[in-house]
Formats: sequence, structure tokens, C-alpha cells
Amino acid sequence: MEMNENTILKFDNLDISFRTNAGVVHAIRGVNIELRRGETVAIVGESGSGKSVTVKAAVGLLDGNATVNSGKILYRYKNDDGSEKIVDLLAMSKRELRTTINGSRIAMVFQDPMTSLDPTMTIGKQIMEGILLHKRGDKDFAYRRALELLELVGITDAEKRMKNYPHQLSGGMRQRVVIAIALACDPDILICDEPTTALDVTIQARILELIKDVQDRLGLSVIYITHDLGVVAKVADYVNVMYAGKIIEVGKVNEVFYEPKHPYTWGLLAAMPDLETDDDRLASIPGSPPNLLHEPQGDAFAARNAFALKIDEKVEPPLFKVSDTHYAATWLLHPDAPKVEMPKELQARIERARKEAERYQ
Amino acid sequence: MSEPLLKVRDLNQHFHVSRNFTVKAVNGVSFDIYPGETYGLVGESGSGKTTIGRSIIRLYNPTSGSIVFQGREIAGKLDRPTEKMLREDMQMIFQDPMSSLNPRKKVGDIIGEGLDIHHRFASTKERDDAIAEMLDKVGLSQSHAERYPHQFSGGQRQRVGIARALIMNPKLIIADECISALDVSIQAQVVNLMKDIQDSTGCAYLFIAHDLSMVKYISDRIGVLHLGYMVETGTTEEIFANPVHPYTKSLLSAVPLPNPEVEKRRKSIAYDKNQEGVDYAAGVEHQLEGTHKVLATDEELARWTA
Repeated sequence: MEMNENTILKFDNLDISFRTNAGVVHAIRGVNIELRRGETVAIVGESGSGKSVTVKAAVGLLDGNATVNSGKILYRYKNDDGSEKIVDLLAMSKRELRTTINGSRIAMVFQDPMTSLDPTMTIGKQIMEGILLHKRGDKDFAYRRALELLELVGITDAEKRMKNYPHQLSGGMRQRVVIAIALACDPDILICDEPTTALDVTIQARILELIKDVQDRLGLSVIYITHDLGVVAKVADYVNVMYAGKIIEVGKVNEVFYEPKHPYTWGLLAAMPDLETDDDRLASIPGSPPNLLHEPQGDAFAARNAFALKIDEKVEPPLFKVSDTHYAATWLLHPDAPKVEMPKELQARIERARKEAERYQ
Repeated sequence: MSEPLLKVRDLNQHFHVSRNFTVKAVNGVSFDIYPGETYGLVGESGSGKTTIGRSIIRLYNPTSGSIVFQGREIAGKLDRPTEKMLREDMQMIFQDPMSSLNPRKKVGDIIGEGLDIHHRFASTKERDDAIAEMLDKVGLSQSHAERYPHQFSGGQRQRVGIARALIMNPKLIIADECISALDVSIQAQVVNLMKDIQDSTGCAYLFIAHDLSMVKYISDRIGVLHLGYMVETGTTEEIFANPVHPYTKSLLSAVPLPNPEVEKRRKSIAYDKNQEGVDYAAGVEHQLEGTHKVLATDEELARWTA
């Protein structure tokens, strides 16, 4: 199994469909994502684009009606004896995943801290649970570790808080506890599925800064799933833009934000007002995402795309290379395609953003 | 300036949870909304912004204070004609379009319910025409009237919610986090629709949200709430160009912008009321330039503007 030296997790041509009463929904259609050690990869997309399903496949949390049609999820880790090992997470049974991978090597932070915590257990117990389950030490050790973790995630008065129940904490505090639980067994990879969507902006900024701080200190690799481009700009090194079960643009965060190539990325960026926007209307993407019950013919985005070419209706565009790290799946990048520039408002906005960025350098 | 459409003065909304415990959700809030303008209320959850919206439309009975809508007091007991005026001329769009639409009713009947209750039509045909026209206006097709809410996507459902509010031809629409549950690309569609409707009908919005960049974009004036107090209010330019209250500053610094170079270096400003030693109850409203007002004691104001 070939994998780059620094790559720790690799989604290789992942393809997943769901059996439903209405028919087969082809939710993930060939996804490739690479996560390197110590880096942060963000997956952005609208609801239903398949971003959650992709990472859920890695931790064996797919629903029962899901079928993995093809693909691999390769994970490289160090065994307890120090030897390196590469496994395909999709080939492992759920039981194997639970005992060797989930929680101890790949941990996940979910969206809503109220539903991901057990309301009948004290938070101390919930943090200790994973440590004891994965046999990292005895109860004393687990207790001390839980205290450490609570302090790490910025909860004061840790000893007192250990005895609290989730309902006694505020939303931001609860999400801190969830992060503490995720970090309990020293994972290599932290997957954050919309970690701040349920929180206020002020708390959101604090939690994002916390995750970043923890990442720097512990050398974690992080996958963010979000629909908020502002969050992506704050945390990510690499960005994957997902649409209808495919990655349609991938690149370093600066490449995607300052030189976006795909019309969908243009639309997403333009639809979000920045604090300087005073245009009369917001640029919006017309229509709604396609229903994947019906296999899209050609480019899935063609129907909503003002820049669609004739070929978009017939043949799905491959990923065209923009730079060594930047790729986009749009026929506009084909050498024979007509020259199309991004909308003027967006151009002006990016110009503003660059100017603003210079001030910070 | 013309007479305000809505005048809120010293509004208090307290909830008695038990004999010894009262939640003071809204404390002495005052603001005006003029005809045809958009007033944005921002603040974190628990700041009382939704409560204010619900008190104004009388889903709650205000504890004290005065709310004058179109020249009539609506804070106290309502007599029949006042209640009728209130129910016709003020409408609300709710946050979650799924839970605010009756799943067992057809969309056409949901939109037409206001007409039915207020007997606003002479014949069934007139009613159906009004519903069809409204569907057109919000960008749905007329055949959608025969469908049920679950057959729509989130953005379409919110359009139904807007159509339901609009059909009474209200003067004021309270939009309570009406785009928070939608995807970014759909948010822009709904905001554009709301702007178009305002241009054509001249209604005013009370736009309640926590997303500051959207509030800035849509609002003419803004009120910043924290813990039930209106800490700062003014026109959008005044607030954004020159925020005075430390909470407003912290809120502005927390908005994530789609600009990676800036975001990576920027740290949000933390604000803790107790650490800063700010006492909201002791503060009085200070008028700065124009309509810009800040809640502060003299000493606090001197410190913040220094």
C-alpha cells in the first residue's frame, strides 16, 4: 500500500451509496483526500454534499443502509512497539475499529455538545471512561489525566467541575468537555464535525483558538468539517470544497480563497457578505443542490452554474491542475475552454482581502 | 424623521421560574423602528434578543415598559380592535422552517391561514389567487400549494414561512434568526428575497440574528444586546466604524472572515463583564454623536473612549 512519507490518513477514491425506500442514493462519488502529519484539512460544502459521510466512513460510523462500493481509507500509525503500520480502515470490522482505532488513535468531536454528552453521567466520569476502556491506566491515573485535560481545554476549577453534570455547564463549556474527551487517549487525528455550529460567535472564536492551541502543543492532525468559510479561513492549511459527493476544488487555503477557480467556490465566497460588502444584492447561487437519487449526467453543478459550457451537461470534468497543490474540477480550466473570469464583485472583494492581509504582515 | 412605527421604551421581561428565582431576560430596553427600515438585533444566545421579538409580538406578556405600535400601546391588556390591528400588521418569521410549519397542512393552507382567520376574501377564488400570487412572489411555483412541508428543501420551507408572514401585508415583520438554519448559498437567496419584498411593499424588519456580517449587510440600524441589556445602538456605520462598548468590540473581533491571511493572525478579544468591572444595572444611556448610544456609567464611558 503506497502512501507518502508524511501522509497519515488518505481517502482513496472513496465511493459510498445508501439504500433508501426511494432508491439508491449515490452520496459519495470518488473522493480523494490526504491528511499530512500535523496539518489541518478542512472539508467545506452545503448540507447533503457528503462531507460528514466521508469522515464517518473512517471511524466506522456509517449507517446500516450504507454500502461502500469502492475505495480505501489508509491510515498510518505507530504500533506500541514502535514499528510503523498502514491499515485500510474500511477492511476492518467495526469491533476491531472500536478496540484499536476509535477514540485511541482517531477521535471525533461532534456538532452538538448537548447530544454527544451523556446527561446521566458526571463529566469527570465521561472523560475517564475512554481512558479506562482503552486500558491506558488505572482509576487514579484516569482521574489525574481527566483533571489535566480539563485544565488543558481551559476549564477553571477542574476538580469541582469533575462532579458536574452536562446540564450544569454552558454550551461553550460543554464543547470544551467534548474536546477533552476526544483528547483523552492521545489520538493522532482529531476529526471535528461542525464543532462550533451550535455555538455563539464569541464562543466559536474561543473554541477554534483552543483546538488550534491544542493541536500545536500535541502535534495533532485535524480534519474540520464545516459549511462556514470564515471558520475554514481561520483554521485550515488545506481546503477541500465538496459538492454532490465529489471534491470539486482542493488547494492550500490561500490558493482557494485568493485564486478560486471553480464557479461553485466563487458562488460560496460571493454569497457570504464580508464586513465591507455594500452591494445592493448578494450574489447567490440559484437553485438547490441536486438530489443524488438520480445519478447526475455530466457536471452535477451545471444546472446552477452561470458559466456552464455545453460539455458540462454531458461529461463530468476531471480535476485540472492549477498548481502543484491546487486542483479544480471544472471544464473552464481546459486549454480549449473560453476565457472566463470570476465575477467582478468577487474580484473586488478578493482585492480588498489581499490589501487587508498586507496590513497584517 | 417621521414618526416611528414601533416605539419600545424601558421594556422589561422577567420569567418567574420558582418562588425564589426569577430570570430577568430583558432589562430596560428601548429602541425605535421607523417605517420601511431594517433594525438588526445582535447578541449571543441568552442575551434576550429572541425574547424581545416575542414580547413585541405579544407571545409573552411584558413585565413592564411600553411598546407603542402605530401609535397604539400594545404592552398591556389588549382590547379587540388593538389586538386585531396587531395580529394583522405585525408578523413573524421563525428560525426553524421545519418546526414552524404544520406538517399535516398543505402549504397553500398554511399560507392562507391568516386570510381565513381574518376573513380577508370574498370568494374562494380570491383566496386561492392571493395564495398563488404570494407563492410567485417568494419564488415558488403555484403548483406547490398542494404539497406538504416535508416535500420541500430547507430554503423552500423558509420561503413558505416568509409567504405566510407577507400575505397579511404587514407593516412590521419580526425575522427571528430566519436564515441561521440555512446553507450559505441559500442564505443569500433568502436575504435577497427579503430585500426585494421590502423594496416593493415598504415593510419594516426587526432582524434578529447572531451573524454580524449578515446583520451589517441587511440592517440600517443595529442594537447590540448582552445579558438582557441593550449595551450599544446606532446606525450600522456608527457601530461598525466606531464601536465603543467592549462587548461590541469583542463581538466584532469574533466574526470569522473569509480571509485566511488575516484570520490566521487575528486573535479574538475576550470580554468578561465581571473582569472588566462593568455594571450594566448602574449604567445609563449615553448619547454619542448622531443616534449612537452606549449603556455605561460616566466613569466607564471615559475609560472606553479614552
